[in-house]
Amino acid sequence: MANLIAWIIRAVVFGTVVLYGSIGETITEKAGHLNLGTPGIMCIGGAFGFVGAYAYENSVSDPNAALCILIALSLGFISAMIAGLIYAFLTVSLLVNQNVVGLTMTIFGVGIGKFFGSYVIPEGAVSTKASFANSVFSAKLPFLSDLGFIGQTVFSYGFMMYLALIIAISVHIFMQKTRTGLNLRAIGENPATADAAGINVTKYKYLAIAIGSGITGLGGVYYILDYNSATWATAAGNAIESLAWLSVALVIFVRWNTAKAIWGSYLFGLCYWAYAFIPSILGISVNTDIAEILPYIVTIIVLIVGNIRSRKGHQGPAYLGMSYYREER
Amino acid sequence: MGQKEAIQMKNITKRFGSTIANHNVDFEVREGEILSLLGENGSGKTTLMNMLSGIYYPDEGEIFVKGQKVLIRSPHDAFELGIGMIHQHFKLVDVFTAAENVVLGLKHKKTRKEINDSIETICKKYGFDINPNQKVYDMSVAQKQTLEIIKVLYRGADFLILDEPTAVLTPQETDKLFAVLNNMRKDGKSMIIITHKLHEVLSISDRVTILRRGEFIGTVPTTEATEQSLTEMMVGKKVELNIERPEPENSKERLIIEHLSYINEEGVKVLDDINFTAKSGEILGIAGISGCGQKELLESIAGLLHPEHGSSITYINPDKEDHISLLHMNPRRIRQMGVSMSFVPEDRLGMGLVGSMGMIGNMLLQNYAESNSFLKMKKQAKIKAVKVKDKLDVVTPGINTPVRKLSGGNVQKVLVGRELGSNPTVLMTAYAVRGLDIHTSHTIYHLLNKQKKKGTAVIFVGEDLDVLMALSDRIMVMCGGRMNGILDARTTTKEEVGLRMTKIQEDGGADHE
Repeated sequence: MANLIAWIIRAVVFGTVVLYGSIGETITEKAGHLNLGTPGIMCIGGAFGFVGAYAYENSVSDPNAALCILIALSLGFISAMIAGLIYAFLTVSLLVNQNVVGLTMTIFGVGIGKFFGSYVIPEGAVSTKASFANSVFSAKLPFLSDLGFIGQTVFSYGFMMYLALIIAISVHIFMQKTRTGLNLRAIGENPATADAAGINVTKYKYLAIAIGSGITGLGGVYYILDYNSATWATAAGNAIESLAWLSVALVIFVRWNTAKAIWGSYLFGLCYWAYAFIPSILGISVNTDIAEILPYIVTIIVLIVGNIRSRKGHQGPAYLGMSYYREER
Repeated sequence: MGQKEAIQMKNITKRFGSTIANHNVDFEVREGEILSLLGENGSGKTTLMNMLSGIYYPDEGEIFVKGQKVLIRSPHDAFELGIGMIHQHFKLVDVFTAAENVVLGLKHKKTRKEINDSIETICKKYGFDINPNQKVYDMSVAQKQTLEIIKVLYRGADFLILDEPTAVLTPQETDKLFAVLNNMRKDGKSMIIITHKLHEVLSISDRVTILRRGEFIGTVPTTEATEQSLTEMMVGKKVELNIERPEPENSKERLIIEHLSYINEEGVKVLDDINFTAKSGEILGIAGISGCGQKELLESIAGLLHPEHGSSITYINPDKEDHISLLHMNPRRIRQMGVSMSFVPEDRLGMGLVGSMGMIGNMLLQNYAESNSFLKMKKQAKIKAVKVKDKLDVVTPGINTPVRKLSGGNVQKVLVGRELGSNPTVLMTAYAVRGLDIHTSHTIYHLLNKQKKKGTAVIFVGEDLDVLMALSDRIMVMCGGRMNGILDARTTTKEEVGLRMTKIQEDGGADHE
């Protein structure tokens, strides 16, 4: 039982990082832009969020929790958004190939993140910790989290896990129920149609990419300040990158539905951590490296099954990955 | 109806790089009239209209709406002015419902029910029929077009631009559309119709404006125009407009199709028990709404698809009169067996030619496999390319210019020229004149007739019934993958063919010769 609870908690925390990236990527893809720069953008968000929190608590003698949250989240969000805007400028305005820009963004973002994150590591050390930020970001609900199985698996997380749920559900309602959501989906399905209908395609694309990137950046903040106990190690950038790729896969896995991404991300988490808990629960031994590829294998299987029973309306946006220029002949 | 100018365009010029699409064009449409905009391919009709609908922005010139000078910077501006365009390639989101497509981009806050009610009001007023909750991907082409018109009307448009609205409709659907347009004219709306079909111009419009090579030629009242006079204005010289139809001479069977059925990857039976014979010296027309199996029929014969068991495709060699079965062969095997068959597919730049290669490269594609040399033998292909260019008047900067940079008509000439160059026994063409202007179309008809006289068995899949009936000797009508009668083109009527295109007749596959 204790093992199972620990497994679920690990899975949910892991899934939350993936969920943030997946929500951000979904918003971007609904505008018709495949952003393979997600890992880089998440890394930038994580690094700047951490550096902000670290600098704040080291510069004042009596750090304030609300201010710490505000600084970390806004720095993470805004820095990721700026990275997203660079991607948007290149792909929306200059019509550069989205895959090339995205992959470059990943390389660039991981590099930038590692550089600035590692800047605050004291000389000679390999990692540094923002202890106050950690206590704020991983604070649990005082009473509920003690209440047995439910209390431990549902109420024992830092506030950002619940924030992710709120964002995921709000984004889903926004996409399905609102007029603005309809317009955004139309752009991803057929930008020329949306344009001819009087929708400002460029504005929507920029906003979707910027906001999507910002949310992705929050995933990085969550990874460092909660999941990784507010510790920045020199290798943190690569760890974020490997998780962020999963969030790109999750978008396809749940068919561009951010509400479904919630359980999808937790399933990915369960798969990812299976190697650590399955042996003790079932009493068998599993190769760690093979076990860690489980989420990817699940994605591939789902893709194959999904394509065999493909139904219209459940595919990705029709113009995903294609540039749009009104006066093109 | 009033004779007030609704929209005026003055001295409009639009350039794309070094090409001038419109040069000093003057254009006006009055209130409550239907104006036809006529011109050859590439004469700048769509470009001109795109400047009204906000897709393009003019480089020079002024636009007036109801006497007021306006700037149209985006489609949104055009809507504000009451201008709506129904594009040739529908601008609809497939995965949305009809209602969702209608309200797309609008800012008002109406509930779903209010939206459906207003759509119904529009439908009643002009005589449309549509289900607001139907998804676009479940709609027929005619339904999609109806939806496009409703979408524009919902936005309160007073000026409608229709780009080739009848290109994809059956005669019955066209009549229905024209009835709706007449209703809208009575309601005081102005309409501009871009079309190639002269008889439609004459039957529906009040005035005709003609463009040639991006320049304004003139506007004439329809009552004073004839097909001949309009064509001359369009082309700039006298053109023979009659399609000749020589009597078939000593017809022999060249291709026998029996019980041909084909089930596609989605498990749909696209071809269902097709039986016919193609004879030498004869043009066999194939009529049908697009997507009724015409494409699959030709591709099965060409060896690109594998029909069901029990189908039979037999080719009769003119030299030895021996029968060869073409079933389950690929195009190269068919060629190696000495079968001389040419195929001009519907998708010119996808299946017919390689867009990024020049004329020489495309000529080479046809018979590169026959040479045993390790290096490609360019010399013969070059001779062939020059020959096609001279004989068919292909307008291209050079025989090495990538063919996708040529205009639609010239691309088709390259393709047809290549296929005819091999002196085929059987020639199959799918929508050979789709998107081509009247002048180029007649060049193609002439070429087909020349092949017919040479003793080729020609199969002509077409969409314009007037042309099909004037050109073919026999017409096979297809409906939903089944054959719905083979008619004698000399005696049948347009209504008969149109009816058979939409409804399976009791006597299904029976011959009407």
